[in-house]
Amino acid sequence: MAKAKRIIPGFGLTMGLTMSYVGFFVLIPMVSMALVTADLSFKEIVKSATDARVLSSYKVSFLCSFLAAAINTVFGTILAWVLVRYRFAGRRLVDGLIELPFALPTAVAGISLTWLTTNKGWIGGPLSKLGLEIAYTRVGIVVALTFITLPFMVRSIQPVLEQLSPDYEEAGRTLGAGSLTIFRKIILPELKPAMLTGFSLAFARGLGEYGSVIFIAGNKPFQTEIAPLMIVTRLEEFLYGQATAVALFMLAASFIIMFLVNRLQIRAARFVES
Amino acid sequence: MSNRVLAALAVFSLLLISVPAPAQEELTNVSYDPTRELYEAYNQAFQKHWQELKKADVTIVQSHGGSAKQARSVIEGNEADVVTLALASDITAIEEAGLINKGWQSELPNNSSPYTSTIVFLVRKGNPKKILDWGDLAREGVGVITPNPKTSGGARWNYLAAWDWADKEYDHDETKIVAFVKQVFDNVLVLDSGARGSTNTFVQNGQGDVLLAWENEAYLSLAERPGEFEIVTPPTSILAEPPVTIVDAYVDKNGTRELATEYLKFLYSDEGQRIAGAHYYRPSNPEIIKEFADYFDLGLKLVTIDDPLFGGWEVAQKKHFGDGGVFDQIYEK
Repeated sequence: MAKAKRIIPGFGLTMGLTMSYVGFFVLIPMVSMALVTADLSFKEIVKSATDARVLSSYKVSFLCSFLAAAINTVFGTILAWVLVRYRFAGRRLVDGLIELPFALPTAVAGISLTWLTTNKGWIGGPLSKLGLEIAYTRVGIVVALTFITLPFMVRSIQPVLEQLSPDYEEAGRTLGAGSLTIFRKIILPELKPAMLTGFSLAFARGLGEYGSVIFIAGNKPFQTEIAPLMIVTRLEEFLYGQATAVALFMLAASFIIMFLVNRLQIRAARFVES
Repeated sequence: MSNRVLAALAVFSLLLISVPAPAQEELTNVSYDPTRELYEAYNQAFQKHWQELKKADVTIVQSHGGSAKQARSVIEGNEADVVTLALASDITAIEEAGLINKGWQSELPNNSSPYTSTIVFLVRKGNPKKILDWGDLAREGVGVITPNPKTSGGARWNYLAAWDWADKEYDHDETKIVAFVKQVFDNVLVLDSGARGSTNTFVQNGQGDVLLAWENEAYLSLAERPGEFEIVTPPTSILAEPPVTIVDAYVDKNGTRELATEYLKFLYSDEGQRIAGAHYYRPSNPEIIKEFADYFDLGLKLVTIDDPLFGGWEVAQKKHFGDGGVFDQIYEK
């Protein structure tokens, strides 16, 4: 068999490493997950994954993660813009703070956010007088997820913005375009792939987040119960198969969503290249 | 950061995770959430005791978490020498995995429970909502805080104690009992996943009017924030017997059977019993519990899980907390 020659050396080694790495950290855990459900019949898997209460927990999880990712798409982009484009005192500090949600144990984040946003808390107190309850509602879940997923958005967009040369904007301006047009026609298309990446990372992380949400959600069945909690609940009952069935269902749904977002992203990236 | 610094950091962190433990006699006690303070004190006393007995040092590794979660970690290979959990059913799960010999519960006195506890009400100072008995929990406008019985061992006792009260109140009419329990859970504002989470919700975040709590947790909150809360002991409650046992498979593997046996036996000694009492667990020794009569209501009527009403853990677990059980039903629409 003739070996195809590649211009860049090291293909065999790096590809081998990549495959073992992906296999060890991604594929094997996934396969073992599928094996755990194998002692359930297909009907049982469907039944445990589509129980009314579980279904409502998917709704809470997907809805809240989507909202949090959407909020971060807007505000994370603005944050990244400010950090890249302007020079101001304390910029470095703010830049470093962005990563804090990653470093902080999520339970700590959950407990302190809850403390702030209950109807007795510093932020939640005044707001609840205006009729907005945050902690122990779905709003609280969105708040926690927005906090946790902010770095994904900012860190996805920053490098792209840094690479974005102001030449095009200046050219646009000399041709008479207003600020809004420049943003819509020049900056946004360039940022779109990065925004989609950030969105999908944030969304995926939100779906799986357990530690912080559990404190702020109130965990009331049919109202603020998230899907990961349903999985934990099944585990506490020593029902490994049922837990994995719910997990598989979430995985499949997330995969489809990620796939769609990815396709959007590819299309956006093509637009940027052309 | 320069590459060299980064490389050094990487090597350093690899070293950190691969450093082997020092060779000394070591005992791992896997326990549940609210026993932190108890075992901190007990381990010190036991180390002294072992020193006197064997002239040897012993390191005790202590682990805490939700009871079922801890049991699962042992099943999955956390090599605990002893387990001191909230529920017998969690230990039974380890037994079923083949790690603990059958009949463990009769190896030590009092169903292998050196101390017991019960469920009481923690209310705000002055008891503004006048919560005195289980019936008051179902009243309109009373905010109840309890963890979720599905994820918290402690919360199962809360639920069963309420059930027991309703059983007597409604003369064993199960439809009415379920309706009552449902009403109580409709009053639950926040359903935390564990006992400590609920305490936090009630104490730190100021939610609700009453916290259904382990007696020992209630006293801890009282001691931490004097003047803010009161404990109401309802006329009836449930006797929680958190059992302890040796994990046979692991003590044989680690060669720690003698040490582990002594560790559990010492819990029943006068000194061990007094430590339990000082941490608000009810000592199982009837003489020693009297020393703590000023804060334990000894007249409290306590139902046990082996009462015909519940028929032991296995039956109760399946009927009430199993998949599709009574607890699931009260939350169905």
